[in-house]
Amino acid sequence: MSGTDTMTPAATAPEPEHLPTTHDKPTQSTLRAALVSEWTKLRSVRSTVWSLVLTSAFTIGLGTLFCWAYLHRREQRGDRQNALRALLFDPTARSLNGVVLAQLAIGVLGVLVMSSEYTTGMIRTSLAAVPNRRVFLLAKTIVLAAVGLVVSMVSVFVAFFMGQAVLSGDGLGTSLSADSVLRAVLGAGLYLTLIALFGLAIGTIVRRTPGAIAALFGIVLILPLIAQAFPEPWDVRIGRLAPFNAGQAMFSVRYDPDLLTPTQGLFVFLGWIVLAYIVAMVSLSRRDA
Amino acid sequence: MIELRGLTKRYGDTLAVDDLSFDITPGCVTGFLGPNGAGKTTTMRMILGLDAPTKGTALVNGKPYAQHQFPLHEVGALLDAKALHGGRRAFDHLLCLAQSNGIGRKRVTTVLEQVGLAEVAKKRTGTFSLGMGQRLGIAGALLGDPGVLMFDEPVNGLDPEGIVWIRTLLRWLASEGRTVFVSSHLMTEMAMTADRLIVVGRGKLIADATVEEFTSQGEQWVQVRSAKPDALATVLTTAGGTIKIADGDQQVRGLTSTQIGDLALGAGIAIYGLAEQRATLEEVFFGMTVDSVEYHGLLGTENASAA
Repeated sequence: MSGTDTMTPAATAPEPEHLPTTHDKPTQSTLRAALVSEWTKLRSVRSTVWSLVLTSAFTIGLGTLFCWAYLHRREQRGDRQNALRALLFDPTARSLNGVVLAQLAIGVLGVLVMSSEYTTGMIRTSLAAVPNRRVFLLAKTIVLAAVGLVVSMVSVFVAFFMGQAVLSGDGLGTSLSADSVLRAVLGAGLYLTLIALFGLAIGTIVRRTPGAIAALFGIVLILPLIAQAFPEPWDVRIGRLAPFNAGQAMFSVRYDPDLLTPTQGLFVFLGWIVLAYIVAMVSLSRRDA
Repeated sequence: MIELRGLTKRYGDTLAVDDLSFDITPGCVTGFLGPNGAGKTTTMRMILGLDAPTKGTALVNGKPYAQHQFPLHEVGALLDAKALHGGRRAFDHLLCLAQSNGIGRKRVTTVLEQVGLAEVAKKRTGTFSLGMGQRLGIAGALLGDPGVLMFDEPVNGLDPEGIVWIRTLLRWLASEGRTVFVSSHLMTEMAMTADRLIVVGRGKLIADATVEEFTSQGEQWVQVRSAKPDALATVLTTAGGTIKIADGDQQVRGLTSTQIGDLALGAGIAIYGLAEQRATLEEVFFGMTVDSVEYHGLLGTENASAA
């Protein structure tokens, strides 16, 4: 009954070179093969390239623009006001502010990695090739995390250096060696990477691209706004648990009483992602493709 | 080898697949026949582990599909020509499938040539016609050089040349000793391609027999056109034939064309036309399923859409 036994070629078979060979079964692991496959999938569609370009452009371009705008406004204010404001100014966070928009670009990439499988029908071909759905999701996660991490980290460091270059014109810049600065820049890169994974999990749960993008934007952008509607002090207590606010704690240098500590922020944000992944995995393994 | 045992799929109140049990054996083309909505695609999806059966099992080479480590080496399947990402180039589409099962680049090039898509390998599949999509899907099925092949409605959207190509391919794959399982709602198409037919309607197994067994169930008669139909009718009736008039010709049952020719010659009646007729597979199906009232309506619409 095994495949090889049944394939003794009949005498009438026309082209001997096409006859089935005894299978050279691959020796690699299922996950390793799936990783190579997912890398090919990711690099072979255009949406990957433009969403990563947008992620970079938003992080670097907007970050630099925010810094420039801050200097510009300083010129219009009095010295006394500027001195007050300088006390609260966080040059690191300012140069990383492009993350607000960049998270949407990389989040959409995460969504598309899975939702495009469903909207195009590719999922049936994909799961027939990789029937182990845990391996399938894990391979997508690892490839997206690796690509996302490289692009995010390069983007946030470039944004940081460009932002500081702009700010140092007025003596407001900071450096990586300053207290907590390196942690904040790394935190921003990690935040962007994790948002991509969050998108992937939501894409797996929702399956349709528009719905998944709406869900992602809703959780990332609208949730903090809804939290503000709660009466004090619950607006802050609930609001800081929202994914974006938790993430913001990861890339702020200056202490903000409305935010969690960076470590708390990281763990709260990781909690969101673990939760999304649990639902995604259950959905992927229980539901028909 | 594919083995189904009590395979059942229920969606809410409807049984899409109702207790199917049969084996699909190597070395022949097994046609899976039934109108749209009869449960063919759902059955194939359950064989591939895409959908979970409500009850029963589907084994491929002795194991559930999902338990094969690299299943493309066991089973190649074309489920849907549109089951791909239109933004991906044909080569990359096949490459990612190949890599997921440890198959090399060279094999991708080989199967692209085999299905005649080598020239458009660098084109994005969104620009492909349905027929090209079918060929690409078949290329994907052939990637792992599997012993079991499964095609869902492979001739859909193919031009006449493509239909002949696929028929030849299916026959050739079976002649190599592979298991070939192919679904269709076109009975005449299956009659030309398959050795064995499994007929389903409303999720239930209706028939499982060889094509010869199917056609031999059908009526046979000889269509006769002659100079003197009335005189000939007398001669033939005397010899034991029964005559029916249809479209100005006589349909003779109970006599062979040789007998009729000899009898006409003996009686000095000129014969202008003499043709042996046999009920088409479609008519056999109709006769077979006419008793099943619930299926009858479905079959009627199916014939209309196939015409």
